[in-house]
Amino acid sequence: MSPPPLIDPATPKRTENRPIAADGQITQGVVIASASVLIAFLAAWEWLPGLLHIPEFILPPASRVWQEFLRAQHDEGLWLHTGITSIEVIVGFVLGSLLGLAIGCALGVSPKSELVLSPYLLALQIAPKVAFAPLFVMWLGFTVYPKILVAILIVFFPVMVNVLSAIRTVDPDLINLARTFSASRWQIFRMIEYPSTMSPLFSGLRIASTLAVIGVVVGELVGGNKGLGYLLTYGEGQGNTALVMVSIIMLTLIGIVAYGAVAMIERKVLHYLPRAQLKTS
Amino acid sequence: MNSPAHAQIEYRAVTKRFAPQRKGAEPVTAITDVTLSIANGEVVSLIGPSGCGKSTLLNMGAGLYAPSEGEVWVDGHRVERPNPQVAFMLQKDLLLPWRSIIENIELGLEIQGSDATGRRARSRALLDRCHLSGFADHYPHQLSGGMRQRAALARTLAVDPLVLLMDEPFSALDAQTKMVLQADLAKSLADEKKTALFITHDLVESVALSDRVLVMSRRPGRIIQEITIDLPDRDNPFGRRQHVRMAEFVRGLTALLDIGHQELNQ
Ligand SMILES: Nc1ncnc2c1ncn2[C@@H]1O[C@H](COP(=O)(O)OP(=O)(O)O)[C@@H](O)[C@H]1O
Ligand SMILES: [Mg+2]
Repeated sequence: MSPPPLIDPATPKRTENRPIAADGQITQGVVIASASVLIAFLAAWEWLPGLLHIPEFILPPASRVWQEFLRAQHDEGLWLHTGITSIEVIVGFVLGSLLGLAIGCALGVSPKSELVLSPYLLALQIAPKVAFAPLFVMWLGFTVYPKILVAILIVFFPVMVNVLSAIRTVDPDLINLARTFSASRWQIFRMIEYPSTMSPLFSGLRIASTLAVIGVVVGELVGGNKGLGYLLTYGEGQGNTALVMVSIIMLTLIGIVAYGAVAMIERKVLHYLPRAQLKTS
Repeated sequence: MNSPAHAQIEYRAVTKRFAPQRKGAEPVTAITDVTLSIANGEVVSLIGPSGCGKSTLLNMGAGLYAPSEGEVWVDGHRVERPNPQVAFMLQKDLLLPWRSIIENIELGLEIQGSDATGRRARSRALLDRCHLSGFADHYPHQLSGGMRQRAALARTLAVDPLVLLMDEPFSALDAQTKMVLQADLAKSLADEKKTALFITHDLVESVALSDRVLVMSRRPGRIIQEITIDLPDRDNPFGRRQHVRMAEFVRGLTALLDIGHQELNQ
């Protein structure tokens, strides 16, 4: 028997060349099928109501909604309302996320304070956050602030909970490793615990980005004369079904853009993870 | 050779009891009255049935917790907390996924506050020595288990400790990778004249790598036997594996572990 060769027999895994499961692959066929579904849906929306004699004030056809979209741009200030709602969503989302991250980290490094505060946090988490909207409107009037406040409240929890549990589940051996290098408490937080929160943080932010839109809309529905939520109730009051639908579509677009932005930032920040571990790619 | 005067790491009548997990339960005595001393540049392996307190012994050497009785000394100072003279390597590579390989190797240096250029130079040198030259900017998930463990070894050596404490560092690797890493480790330890305490379940590994093997009893762990491995080639485990007396040592250790109770593989 001769000694084995002095090379590491194991070669590095290459994620780029990893075979992708056939059912997860985005092929041209998939894109065509997906687009066909959209076209079929739009066609059904356009012609089915007429064929089934559904009146326009119940279900306006797609072209009618498109005309309403064009009309609302100058007659109803659609872009102004969209802009205001977007700003409320962004501000609420950013502030709520920062607050969730900060409190999550604070409770994460201090199990005592978590124990003290957890019943109240749990109660607040169970409370339906949108129910606070009328209260905030009573306090802050018909301004943007109650809407932002609802968004902050609703965004806060998923972010805080994810950050907190990420810090709780850091491998104790990692902490011990840092300790054997004589790391201070602050260094352990900065080098181990805080970076460990990033992946769960982004899972929380994805959820939060869609929740922020809900929070803002409910705030706008309750009171005010600006924003897409206001436009919704205004359209309802006018019996303008098409305007209601335009508002819903704009809100959905805001949600999609917010979610997409989070996913994009996530890919940048979590570039060190194998691609399969990122939920969208 | 192992007179306390030259001892690099020393356990003096160390006992460790863990507080009971449940109310009313007895405290667990992990190890009892362990005295051992390892001289400068010596490599000592520790074997024993699982649960006998090997890791506990190592953690106290690293200063992660204190003995219930007795003292641990490193380089003439009593160990009361983690200190830079001692570095620690586990079966898990514990590489941080968000740091590139070179940044992982620098972790200890960064924590200990060495300046950025100095630590980059040092970690580059270690990267080369641990055969990871092309992988400085890779992330841990892009490396095989063997390479990740090499990076963990480089991170341990980077802080230039006097004493290395290793807890089954190669036990998760396949047999071939393991032999290559053993050879690298043996060479590094010999070249840098490091002192090491090495836990393993692999009797051949313990004989191939060390100057002495300590055998522990079942819990509460005591040192029941000390075997001096008077073979040449401590820096070349491949050579040692070929040695005619290898089998004899392994046979002896196997017999000892049976005395120490029949549950090495429990
Ligand atoms: N932190 C701890 N708290 C309570 N009991 C522990 C703790 N660490 C280890 N033990 C107990 O001490 C004994 C020895 O453990 P360990 O040193 O890990 O054994 P080994 O490494 O030899 O397998 C085991 O019975 C284990 O359950
Ligand atoms: Mg162990």
